[in-house]
Amino acid sequence: MNLYIQPEYEVVRDESRCIACRVCERQCANLVHSFDAETGKMKSDSTLCVNCHRCVCVCPTHALKIVKSDDTYKVNGNWSNQTINEVYRQANSGGVLLSSMGNPKEYPVFWDKMLINASQVTNPPIDPLREPMETKLWLGKRTAQVKRDKKGKLINTLAPQLELKAPILFSAMSYGSISYNAHESLARAAEELGIYYNTGEGGLHKDFYKYGKNTIVQVASGRFGVYKDYLDAAAAIEIKMGQGAKPGIGGHLPGTKISADVSETRMIPQGIDAISPAPHHDIYSIEDLRQLVYSLKEATDYKKPVIVKIAAVHNCAAIASGIARSGADIIAIDGYRGGTGAAPTRIRDNVGIPIELALAQVDERLREEGIRDEVSIIVGGSIRSSADLVKAIALGADACYIGTAALLALGCHLCRTCHEGKCNWGIATQRPDLVKRLNPDVGYKRLVNLVTAWNHELQEMMGGMGINSVEALRGNRLMLRGIGLTDTELSVLGIKYAGQSM
Amino acid sequence: MKRIYVNEKWCLGCHLCEYECAFANSHLTDMVKALKGKVIHPKIRVEDGGDVHFAVNCRHCTDAVCVRSCISGALSFEDGMVAIDQNKCVGCLTCVLVCPFGAIMPAPEGGVAQKCMLCTDNLTGEPNCVRHCINNAIVYEERD
Ligand code: SF4
Ligand code: SF4
Ligand code: SF4
Ligand code: SF4
Repeated sequence: MNLYIQPEYEVVRDESRCIACRVCERQCANLVHSFDAETGKMKSDSTLCVNCHRCVCVCPTHALKIVKSDDTYKVNGNWSNQTINEVYRQANSGGVLLSSMGNPKEYPVFWDKMLINASQVTNPPIDPLREPMETKLWLGKRTAQVKRDKKGKLINTLAPQLELKAPILFSAMSYGSISYNAHESLARAAEELGIYYNTGEGGLHKDFYKYGKNTIVQVASGRFGVYKDYLDAAAAIEIKMGQGAKPGIGGHLPGTKISADVSETRMIPQGIDAISPAPHHDIYSIEDLRQLVYSLKEATDYKKPVIVKIAAVHNCAAIASGIARSGADIIAIDGYRGGTGAAPTRIRDNVGIPIELALAQVDERLREEGIRDEVSIIVGGSIRSSADLVKAIALGADACYIGTAALLALGCHLCRTCHEGKCNWGIATQRPDLVKRLNPDVGYKRLVNLVTAWNHELQEMMGGMGINSVEALRGNRLMLRGIGLTDTELSVLGIKYAGQSM
Repeated sequence: MKRIYVNEKWCLGCHLCEYECAFANSHLTDMVKALKGKVIHPKIRVEDGGDVHFAVNCRHCTDAVCVRSCISGALSFEDGMVAIDQNKCVGCLTCVLVCPFGAIMPAPEGGVAQKCMLCTDNLTGEPNCVRHCINNAIVYEERD
């Protein structure tokens, strides 16, 4: 017996506004809306609705809204409606609960408990509209030695670097988990912005090799789509050890999302689930990691930086220290709020730690050990605005990965049902009629707008602090103050409390 | 001259443009008032066939067969646009028969033909279908 579960959200149509144009019906892949020819009126079935807001956005008369249902079980502080429903759902199905996008639980957001400094009187603020304000930066090792040839000329000993016009990169999202058009939008935006996008573990579609100089290719435990041309095409190579949304487990792309094109790109059979294992089966120590780092460098002539990406977990500072010694050029850390195309709910919601704390600890540890210059640090896992970006850089990051924010720019409304493959916004789907809904001409411009806007705001906030380059903001924790934090939290973050002077 | 181009690749078959066209040509400012409970007669029509959709409205052909065949001089070129003067139209519907796109149709009020005038004949002033298309599947632009 499948117990009926009342939907969490309800579709509400303002009958006085609806003109029965049926646009909502045509645009909902979940078949919520229908037209009743007898009454000439629209109907909706809320039990099918995932609250993606597509219909709300396209309704020409703004006749629709989605509201949280006020149906409730007997109110219980311990057993929330959701908790109870999850038990029912598992009793119905016997399966692991699946979710997508980032952890939605109400854990503290430390970004919101940090305040930024500004200059007054003694060190004047800088006006970014009138004075130079540098947001360009390089990622890679900064351990060059001064060496000269026989004629006394400097020999370049600097390891390969990634040049970015803004301290932002689009995080790894694979072709398969997101659509062709989403990838094209990201790739074109990265090219125009002078930044990078990341293929994720899904290989690089043959059409996108031309964006290679703005592409970071990933080598993950499943090794999907990895071969010489793939490595050669990229600006940098990322070894994915873990992902913030699901530390400790691998990936699972359902067969339904593995179209002919995805299968060709990933070099795996069509229509069969693609499972990437939890560990890399050739990496069980930092020494093993070092071998992979150097294999990849060797394969690409030592011309490209190698990134090692890990999930933010309890011991990440020590792990990062190992990575910094493994030969990697860049460490990417992904916090527990990072998004995903599919993850077991319990893992997404309960495993890992906040990126703010992980970043502070990693940066501090690498400084203490005198190896901070061995690597650059990229952080991700819910960077929601330019304010988060500024705070991340001040805490010690070189640059930030944005994933969820980028998808929002493309139209995503965080309905968190990516794993069902029916994304009404044409992002997390491979169904041709849905993929088509994301026109990359529109999508890439929206991404360019977003990053440009953030970069302006970054410049304004830096100017306010009297700082004229991101390089000078990096690790400048005196620019941050905590608010509403405990002593332990302040010490983990390595910042002072609001009101405490320099 | 700027023309309307339809990009079949991006048309979703949502039919929104038909309603936006009908609204623009209702000469009202409230869409609900204009269209609620009404049967619409838009000058743009979305053709659907399986997974293929595209919107059809007047192409404003340079050597327009409708203009050439109009018996009363109701159809003419105005700055590159094919315009209809419904006061002159005698409702013979020759143009409806000859348009290879099916872009001219009898007007609902009867007795005359109607066609897309790029919204120059209503309050919006610029093609309303273009402005509201949700996927840039109809564009109004200069091309060679
Ligand atoms: S699933 Fe999305 S498009 Fe469908 S009714 Fe719900 S909110 Fe609207
Ligand atoms: S899109 Fe809006 S106006 Fe059209 S049928 Fe749906 S609710 Fe009614
Ligand atoms: S509004 Fe755009 S996408 Fe929708 S049917 Fe018209 S042309 Fe196609
Ligand atoms: S009505 Fe038809 S024939 Fe006349 S200009 Fe438009 S598309 Fe061409």
